[in-house]
Amino acid sequence: MRRWLLPTLLLAALIGAWQLAASTGFLADVLGLESFLVPSPAEIAESLWQSRALLAENAWVTLREIVFGLACALLVGVGFAVLMHLSGIVRDAAYPLIVASQTIPIIVIAPILLIWLGFGIGPKIVVVTLICFFPITVNTLAGLDSAAPDATKMMRSLNASRWQLFRRVQAPTALPSFFTGAKIAVVLAPIGAVFGEWVGGDAGLGHLILVDGGYLEVARQFAAIFVLSAMALVLIGFIALVERRVVTWR
Amino acid sequence: MSVSIRGLGHSYGGLRTIERLDLELREHEVVGLVGPSGCGKSTLLELICGLLDPSSGGIAVGGAENAAGRLSQCAYMPQSDQLLPWYSALDNAALALRNRGLGKAEAREQAGELFQRFGLAGFERTPPAELSGGMRQRVAFLRTLVAGKPLLALDEPFAALDAITRAEMQGWLAAALGEDPRTVVLVTHDVEEALYLADRIVVLSARPARIVAELDAPLPRRSDRDAAVTDPGFIAIREQAMRALHEGSR
Repeated sequence: MRRWLLPTLLLAALIGAWQLAASTGFLADVLGLESFLVPSPAEIAESLWQSRALLAENAWVTLREIVFGLACALLVGVGFAVLMHLSGIVRDAAYPLIVASQTIPIIVIAPILLIWLGFGIGPKIVVVTLICFFPITVNTLAGLDSAAPDATKMMRSLNASRWQLFRRVQAPTALPSFFTGAKIAVVLAPIGAVFGEWVGGDAGLGHLILVDGGYLEVARQFAAIFVLSAMALVLIGFIALVERRVVTWR
Repeated sequence: MSVSIRGLGHSYGGLRTIERLDLELREHEVVGLVGPSGCGKSTLLELICGLLDPSSGGIAVGGAENAAGRLSQCAYMPQSDQLLPWYSALDNAALALRNRGLGKAEAREQAGELFQRFGLAGFERTPPAELSGGMRQRVAFLRTLVAGKPLLALDEPFAALDAITRAEMQGWLAAALGEDPRTVVLVTHDVEEALYLADRIVVLSARPARIVAELDAPLPRRSDRDAAVTDPGFIAIREQAMRALHEGSR
């Protein structure tokens, strides 16, 4: 009860304050702007409703980029983690490079991807994958490594093969950490998708926000942001739900 | 199946843990290893099981001298029960059968028979987290027994239990071994436990471990634990063992 009630109350208070400050013109005065540039929550809601078809159309584009990108990041992220867990050579060779690769701001790769892959969904998926695989890899690997040495000894003396040890002990041990990584990835995914659209795209919420900037459609920009974060929240909720169904022993 | 240890030495890093140790076990003999904490009892157990390789000397378990051969003869029960929380009590006990390639139903059926025989009926589907400390140790021991190995290596199986549960579990283990005799190496820091459960106890010195005394348990063996531990013969040998332990830890 408290877990839901308190944040809801705080959110309502913040929106209420914003509504008051914007509708009285106070916010625009403080910022020294025309009042139509500082929309109130009610105006944003109105824009959300009026542009619902446009927003839905673009949200669908961005959602596909996010979901496909996340799916690739899950495959790549878990794949790297398992490979590095199973082979010391692979780990010693690849782990430092994977960490170092994170110093490259992915945004700067996006223009190159545009040249290579064009304006379609491809480069957006790659950007989301590049941003999202890292937390999945790091967390899953740490989880795989965290199986108790005594459990490994016990399994070895009970005739477990390397695969059985992985399947019955190490993989389940790693599941909670994997889900932690997946949730971080979901938070990062919209950033990747929006960047991909900004660099080159003709649809999506990121594209819409950029174009609306030119027309000073600030209310619809806020509406698009709202839709974007709502999608991310639903995805996190989905992952938390899967986690609760899978990790039943916690 | 017998065990023969000749001139065994082991060092870990620069630390000598075991020095020139000789020990013989007869088939179906239960030997208790007692010694001050940190003396290398657990290391000795892992060496016997083939989970570690000796630095010098040799170990033969039923004729198997290399680590893989010894591992195939031994079932290891670690100090912490290491029940896997994602499996039910029965599936934990059936681990060795599953590792050997048996189907789920068949493995459950075989392990289930032991649940009936050893006082765990009705707890088959219970997750480990809902079992009492004593119950967990029973399941962990059955898991070790179910592996069907000729040698059982038990590392302080009851160290984490309270005194009453521990006494109860000692009686239970003695009965279980009476029904299904195996060669057993039991590591414990509890002289009374060793004398009650073992045919012979081996007192080890502080690191590097060497044998200070070998004492036969009093005869006739009494199955009633309370009667056994208050027997004057038992008490006399316990005094002897305690003296050896003190000498060895200096």
